[in-house]
Amino acid sequence: MDIIFNGTSRAIPHSITIQELLDQLHLDCRQVVVEHNRSIVARQRLADIVLDHGDTLEVIHFVGGG
Amino acid sequence: MDELIIAGRSFTSRLMVGTGKFASNAAMVAAMEGSGSEIVTVALRRVDIDNPQDSLLRHIDPARYLLLPNTSGARDAEEAIRLARLARAAGCEPWVKLEVTPDPYYLLPDPIETLKAAEVLVKEGFIVLPYINADPVLAKHLQEAGTATVMPLGAPIGTNKGLRTRDNIAIIIEQAIVPVVVDAGLGAPSHAAEAMEMGADAVLVNTALAVARNPGAMGVAFRKGVEAGREAYLAGLGKQQDKAEASSPLTGFLHDK
Repeated sequence: MDIIFNGTSRAIPHSITIQELLDQLHLDCRQVVVEHNRSIVARQRLADIVLDHGDTLEVIHFVGGG
Repeated sequence: MDELIIAGRSFTSRLMVGTGKFASNAAMVAAMEGSGSEIVTVALRRVDIDNPQDSLLRHIDPARYLLLPNTSGARDAEEAIRLARLARAAGCEPWVKLEVTPDPYYLLPDPIETLKAAEVLVKEGFIVLPYINADPVLAKHLQEAGTATVMPLGAPIGTNKGLRTRDNIAIIIEQAIVPVVVDAGLGAPSHAAEAMEMGADAVLVNTALAVARNPGAMGVAFRKGVEAGREAYLAGLGKQQDKAEASSPLTGFLHDK
């Protein structure tokens, strides 16, 4: 199944949680913040949410800026 | 002691620095350390899975610096509010440098959207530091909405042109009930000193440090500029006038009869 990950379509395994996806992508959940279908997901909830086909996920982090 | 107080929190340094555009994290850290800054701005962007980057936050000691996330990239109030909430969810204190810049060429802030976003974010408990054009009326509206500072620009972001908005900044300072932080366009320590001499409470610098051949040394230079300007302001500058006024006595000349 596919989700929209940071604006582009991405194939992911079925019934995977956000936390599992982050782990697969080698993203440290302490260094990112996640928006699922336009709602911010608290860090402790990442392992509770199972992704669905067509979901939108934004994974954001801090970068240098003025 | 001469402290900068923003939203009840005191700071010794009156120089805030941005963390963008540095050639390396080491250069950024050198500039931060040289500047003596206690407030550093950061931006929020999508993670790039294909080009994993070193985490920026590993290089910024949270015990030493207050992280001030900006809403750069926001084109309207809604996007800015979304970014501010994401920053808070990421674990930052609820401070935000609010910037809404729909125009990619001059990056001038949208006053209407900035005010709208400020009203919402203040209600949500954010400490809002809005980046604005040097518009005294807008600055008043924002202060009435409860922002913690106003941050008028000296010149467009990254232009290094200095205080092109000087006269309007003077009016903003005269009328301000919150700290005035001159942000954007300051390209040299003399520009920062000039803002401080006028009575600005602080300045924010990024590009001038990031593009310097030696960012650490430029951080030191800006720190000195800000300190000199602040001390001169507190000491009391003389008035400008058109006619000369002799510094030496006008009596006892050798040619006196």
